[in-house]
Amino acid sequence: MSLILFAEQVLNGLQYGVMLFLMAAGLTLVFGVMGLINLAHGSLFMVGAFAAAAVAGATGSFALALIAALAAAAAAGALVELLVIRRLYDRDHLDQVLATFALILIFSEGTRWIFGSFPLYLNIPSALSGPIALPGGIQYPLYRLTLIGIGLAVAVGLWALIAKTRLGIQIQAGEADREMIAALGVDISKLYTIVFALGAALAGLAGALVGAIQSVQVGMGEPVLIVAFVVIVIGGIGSIKGALVGAILVGLTDTLGGVLLPELFKLFLDNSAASSVGSALASMLIYILMAAVLIWKPTGLFGARA
Amino acid sequence: MTLKSLALAASVAALATGAFADGHANKVKVGMITTLSGGGAGLGIDVRDGFLLAVKQAGNDNLEVVIEDDQRDPAVAVQTADKFIQSEKVDVMTGIIFSNLAMAVIPAALAQGKFYLSPNAGPSQLAGRGCNPNYFNVAWQNDNLHEAAGAYANTAGYSNSFILAPNYPAGQDALTGYKRQYEGALAGELFTQLGQTDYASEIAQIRASGADSVFFFLPGGMGISFLKQYADSGLDIPVVGPAFSFDQGILQAVGEAALGVVNTSQWNKDIDNPTNAAFVESFQAEYGRLPSLYASQGFDTANLLLSAMDKASVTDPDAFRAALKEADFDSTRGDFQFGNNHHPIQDIYVREVVQEGDVFTNKIIGVALEDHQDAYASECKM
Repeated sequence: MSLILFAEQVLNGLQYGVMLFLMAAGLTLVFGVMGLINLAHGSLFMVGAFAAAAVAGATGSFALALIAALAAAAAAGALVELLVIRRLYDRDHLDQVLATFALILIFSEGTRWIFGSFPLYLNIPSALSGPIALPGGIQYPLYRLTLIGIGLAVAVGLWALIAKTRLGIQIQAGEADREMIAALGVDISKLYTIVFALGAALAGLAGALVGAIQSVQVGMGEPVLIVAFVVIVIGGIGSIKGALVGAILVGLTDTLGGVLLPELFKLFLDNSAASSVGSALASMLIYILMAAVLIWKPTGLFGARA
Repeated sequence: MTLKSLALAASVAALATGAFADGHANKVKVGMITTLSGGGAGLGIDVRDGFLLAVKQAGNDNLEVVIEDDQRDPAVAVQTADKFIQSEKVDVMTGIIFSNLAMAVIPAALAQGKFYLSPNAGPSQLAGRGCNPNYFNVAWQNDNLHEAAGAYANTAGYSNSFILAPNYPAGQDALTGYKRQYEGALAGELFTQLGQTDYASEIAQIRASGADSVFFFLPGGMGISFLKQYADSGLDIPVVGPAFSFDQGILQAVGEAALGVVNTSQWNKDIDNPTNAAFVESFQAEYGRLPSLYASQGFDTANLLLSAMDKASVTDPDAFRAALKEADFDSTRGDFQFGNNHHPIQDIYVREVVQEGDVFTNKIIGVALEDHQDAYASECKM
């Protein structure tokens, strides 16, 4: 494999990683702060994508579409928190899984009811479409490069929010001891609603950004959700830093594994068999990575609790 | 004279009642199990709508249809099939979209003496050794459209194709089907993950491979993602694929990225025959959208069934089977006949994605394979 191809794949892995981070950040915040397993996080990703596609279709503006995605996902998140999630904090994880799974079905069929069964159309803005030439002769899509930039900017912003602001300190405190910060006069239920809406907005942003290069359709969030769970298990539950490192690790492993493994098997198998065996093994790679990390560090790379 | 005409009237009435009673005995109950929710629902909805349109147009009161959603879940499909057979007492079953569900339901239904008319799924197991007298496929055998893509690649002069499909049975069949007809060399062969949404890595490999053409089978959302990312990558190697990734239901979502792409199909809305023209017009009037490949398959399936009901009663399975086998109906595809394994022998066309007004659609630019029969027919002892 040429160096150019390898460099391009590293960029692809990075881009996949930062998009996973947007999903995983919300998931890990909610899990870490509120101790809640939210399977419906993928639905919020879908809500963001559909809101963006609808607004882009009506106005033709990608910027407005992004704003709509953030607003719709945050509103959906806040609403879900107020109506459903709120009742689940004290229940065990099985109840949470069951209730949020029901939310997936409600979101999916609700979306179908509003938008129909056929995928929607969301285009890359023309200013960002097409490839650009990078140093070293790499042709790389400008939009994907922008995604990497946005993802990293959000990561920095989120870090600043958690580490430097009053809200962030409350979130961290809530993670450590929720009774104590309630006793100190922080309105814990409002805090939870805000955290949930923030996580939802990040998922919605990811949905809108990714929706422009993929299909905007019912159920688009579920495959991403599974990988996002892998990311937070690797990174450590509740840790934003862990989510970022885990996401990039998973993104790179998945992308590079998918390219390198079939090449490896081609050394001693014929083309067709090598590509079949190689890609079967490549699709397991992130789970193998997860298992390896858990053996080495049972709480994940940056996790405080198991 | 009066007496005579009275007697005549009475006998005519008697005849009519007789005919009516006969008609009653000819009642057929159809159980349709199809995918109406979750991913892939668009396909099931189109099959259902096409089927019901034909039923409505026929105005045949002897045909009753019960429909249930399989949620693309084999367990649900099997349960529904049991219910249809045990308590609904259906005579004929139809509707299944996906091959894995078809394999879960169809053999058991056939074993219980039911007829099955497939409006979509055509797994090779049911076309070859596992063929069955009561199983009719009105769409295609799974490999057919891929074979046609391979044949087209030869005529287009491609000699170095890069081919890719998801790593599951239908994906493997797709690549096998393409290679069965394609005579050139392969620049690369890739299996992707089922449900994969990001193809950046595959596209980079295509760019590096020096291919002169790309064949892909990525149904549904996978194909939309691939095409949009392919268009954005700036690659201009021509793309060929089966109709599944370029059908009416998803073309709007792919948008401009699909323009000019060549794909293979046994049906298109511009196939020139009166049945098809009437079908396209009435489907649009009824549902407010252009029909898809799947809608045409549902429509043809219902018309095949109606044609058999005109000739024989379902209570006489041998006669009914013979009537089905004749395929004496006007297909939207034009010429249509069943081979020995009850799979279609039909033309498969080459289509190109075009824009008409603000609607993306296909137009036929040639025939890839004429009177094509599937590769498994010779294994069927029927």
